[in-house]
Amino acid sequence: MPLASYQTSVPVVVDDAKCIADKGCTVCVDVCPLDVLRISDMTNKAYMAYDECWYCMPCEADCPTGAVTVNIPYLLR
Amino acid sequence: MSLDQIVDGLSEVSCDVLVIGGGTAGPMAALKAKLKNPKANVVLLEKANVKRSGAISMGMDGLNNAVIPGYATPEQYTKEITIANDGIVDQKAVYKYAQNCYKIIEELDSFGIRFLKNENGDYAVKKVHHIGTYVLPMPNGETVKKALYRQLRRARILISNRYMATRLLKSADGRIAGAVSVNTRTAEMLVIKAKAVVLCMGAAGRLGLPTSGYMFGTYENAANSGDGYAMAYHAGAALANLECFQINPLIKDYNGPACAYVAGPFGAYTANNEGSRFIECDYWSGQMMLEFYNELLSGKGPVFLQLKHLHPDTISEIESTLHKVERPTRGLFQQGRGVDYRSESIEMHISEIGFCSGHSASGVFVDDNARTTVPGLYAAGDMASVPHNYMLGAFTNGSVAGIDAMEFADNHDFAEFDAADVAMERDRVMAPTKREDGIPPNQVEYKTRRLVNDYLQPPKVTRKYELGMRRLAEAREDMQERMIARNAHELLRALEVQSIMDCADMAAHASLYREESRWGLYHWRTDFPEKDNENWFCHTLLSKQDGKMTSEKRAVEPYVVPIADDEKDLYDKQRIRASA
Repeated sequence: MPLASYQTSVPVVVDDAKCIADKGCTVCVDVCPLDVLRISDMTNKAYMAYDECWYCMPCEADCPTGAVTVNIPYLLR
Repeated sequence: MSLDQIVDGLSEVSCDVLVIGGGTAGPMAALKAKLKNPKANVVLLEKANVKRSGAISMGMDGLNNAVIPGYATPEQYTKEITIANDGIVDQKAVYKYAQNCYKIIEELDSFGIRFLKNENGDYAVKKVHHIGTYVLPMPNGETVKKALYRQLRRARILISNRYMATRLLKSADGRIAGAVSVNTRTAEMLVIKAKAVVLCMGAAGRLGLPTSGYMFGTYENAANSGDGYAMAYHAGAALANLECFQINPLIKDYNGPACAYVAGPFGAYTANNEGSRFIECDYWSGQMMLEFYNELLSGKGPVFLQLKHLHPDTISEIESTLHKVERPTRGLFQQGRGVDYRSESIEMHISEIGFCSGHSASGVFVDDNARTTVPGLYAAGDMASVPHNYMLGAFTNGSVAGIDAMEFADNHDFAEFDAADVAMERDRVMAPTKREDGIPPNQVEYKTRRLVNDYLQPPKVTRKYELGMRRLAEAREDMQERMIARNAHELLRALEVQSIMDCADMAAHASLYREESRWGLYHWRTDFPEKDNENWFCHTLLSKQDGKMTSEKRAVEPYVVPIADDEKDLYDKQRIRASA
């Protein structure tokens, strides 16, 4: 059974200019209760890999450089 | 190697006391167990990361059930909780909680968690409940997890993050022997032998489906997928009163708490579209939820949380708690909608169903020592059957569980489990990774939870339940035969779906067994619309017997605190009567 992926705008946005994941930081990935953040192999920056969020915000609160923003996603707005 | 890639592996470790779940009850259980016997090994296993896991991930805005000398007595609290739960309460555990919780508050205070105090330095307790005064705000409640984590590190608790426990292991004579777990990022399996196990795995908060279009709501931490209920069930432990669902008044669309307990003591209240109050008391009970439900359907809905009549300074004070602690996105949501509490009321709605003793009376059956019906197995927090627990109940009963579990471990050696049980569990866990083709976990989950909404949500109709159970059985077959996980993260979700499916089956089974209506909206059966004290003034215990889901009655223990006849139905009189 072939699988397709579908478009979704994700709530967690990372500012690549501020993110220091390329220097070894994994704070947001570590704290996420639903484990949906990852470090990109291509950019070496954090990003939301799975759209499974409950908008709890430790990723934003604990980020040492203020790179992470949690938005209320479209369907909830 | 990158995260999420599946690694086939199995290792084994052992400890004296294994605590599963690092949210609220779990850290306290681990800490108390270790302090009881500092030489013993205590492992705290957590599906996410203890730093930010559980219902209080971001903090908590207050204690909802603080029994503080001078404001309330253990007798009064026990009475209130008994009445709020239609009398179906083993008071011993509630009374013990009420006696111990003040000590725990002082201990939390010593950890650096701050509670609201008045100018004399006394705790500033507020009234929300029908009878007594038990609500203590936590204006700095965002520090809870950090303060707990510091204590765990200091006590040298062994923390294993990103391990999801999947099944408990027992010896041939029925004693607890440990647990099987799986790494959520590599799918490697870990068997943990333990002399005693404490389950602190949270609510079943992913049972009904929110209507937002997203599978995860904002109320429960979505990691609380009911794994603890499923594990206890498969280990043969009894589960109490699962038909007493959790249903909450939440902010519409945001699907998170409003929260009336914070705003109520300042003068906010629940109102209908005419701006009138219709319930006597905002404390969450099944009877209150039934009035909420009736109002929504009566033509007098929507229902609102009303603050705009308050002084702007008061509103600012409420705002700073509501938007900073527990759910900071609450402020973001209101901002996006352009809702200013000074001029507009907050539209409320009814949540989907779940299991959670934090607010209702269901859960893995425990006595006043947090012991389940399986020797050496304990439970505390939202998944254990002590009613209306809230956060302070999780801390207090977690403490009871940790101490008693260590005592058990000190007096018992490891129980032997059958290696075949581990092999069988490994096959079950890894099955979705062995398929080339199939249905992704999110689709199995969506379908299961849509069926829960369509068929199991109150009002409970027997015919609907029978249909629902048939459809759930079909979904279970798909789950067992065809679900596919392509990486370790999808396997985590696939395992969670299996817990959700078990909880759905238990919710249906337990609801059909109790042939009466009780607890207001939580167990409203249209075919048995009346409360039937003659036949059903009892607990129901659900358990797995000879591989089959079975329910039985269990008598309510004699009360420690007597309830007068004219007090018994205080919570049944929630609707405000029109005055002459």
